[in-house]
Amino acid sequence: MAEVMRSETLNISNNTSSLASPELLHVLAVDDSIVDRKFIERLLRVSSCKVTVVDSATRALQYLGLDGDNNSVGFEDLKINLIMTDYSMPGMTGYELLKKIKESSAFREIPVVIMSSENILPRIDRCLEEGAEDFLLKPVKLADVKRLRDSLLKAEERVFKNIMHKRELEANDIFSQLKRAKI
Amino acid sequence: MNTVVAKLQRQFQDYLVSLYQQGFLDNQFTELRKLQDEGTPDFVAEVVSLFFDDCSKLINSMSRSLERPENVDFKQVDSGVHQLKGSSSSVGARRVKNVCISFKECCDVQNREGCLRCLQQVDYEYKMLKTKLQDLFNLEKQIVQAGGAIPQVNIN
Repeated sequence: MAEVMRSETLNISNNTSSLASPELLHVLAVDDSIVDRKFIERLLRVSSCKVTVVDSATRALQYLGLDGDNNSVGFEDLKINLIMTDYSMPGMTGYELLKKIKESSAFREIPVVIMSSENILPRIDRCLEEGAEDFLLKPVKLADVKRLRDSLLKAEERVFKNIMHKRELEANDIFSQLKRAKI
Repeated sequence: MNTVVAKLQRQFQDYLVSLYQQGFLDNQFTELRKLQDEGTPDFVAEVVSLFFDDCSKLINSMSRSLERPENVDFKQVDSGVHQLKGSSSSVGARRVKNVCISFKECCDVQNREGCLRCLQQVDYEYKMLKTKLQDLFNLEKQIVQAGGAIPQVNIN
């Protein structure tokens, strides 16, 4: 009985945070403009984020393993905390990328932010309806990224607290059971 | 000497402020500068360099699309203008961006003559900005070589 108890506690303490590393958000940025890619990469680095930048929605899907060839096998360890994508891109748009991500069981929980140089209300509504976390008007500012980061870290903190609380309840439950079984 | 550095810093500051006042640069350039530090002293220069390469490439392809009056690919031109507007906006190249706004209007009504004028203007503006920023970066280099720090310049 004591053996079982030990392995239970081991399971409980693993992997409580989905952050790539303590306080470091891993952001996947998607933009077809080389100027914007350079800019957003630096913006995110300065904001203490780990960054992966790709130049198309297709490449983003490849990176996530959603391009049909891989079907997310072996991509469970890929820790992305945020996807930021340009809206207007040749080939697949940011909106279509958003839809594909929300359709995927592996990645639908990842917040997706759409960036666009055009302030078109129906476009914004459509993206938000499809589950976008936020819609940023380009050019993106440091303050925008800071705001995003703060709100995501708060959300992570809430999730973390919920998980810890749940595990506390589970541990209490196991303890009660053991008491009843008079170990 | 301290006074050499101070003089260069003053020159730099005045020059940068004048670029904003004359409308070459806008607030987004300030955002770019915020991202530069001692660890990445060439960041702004690298980004604008990419921008100028982009300008050259896009202007060339739009020029080709506008070449034959009987066969203008306005869709291609529109795409080029959109990209140019986007990247000029991202680096704070205000005059270039403003020409793109007029350029798009000419494209929307399929005005080839207007497009050609805008193309010429955008070419002029990006080259002008390139020269101005080269002078600015040279001043930066001189300050650093003289042992000084690049001043934080507050616009408006």
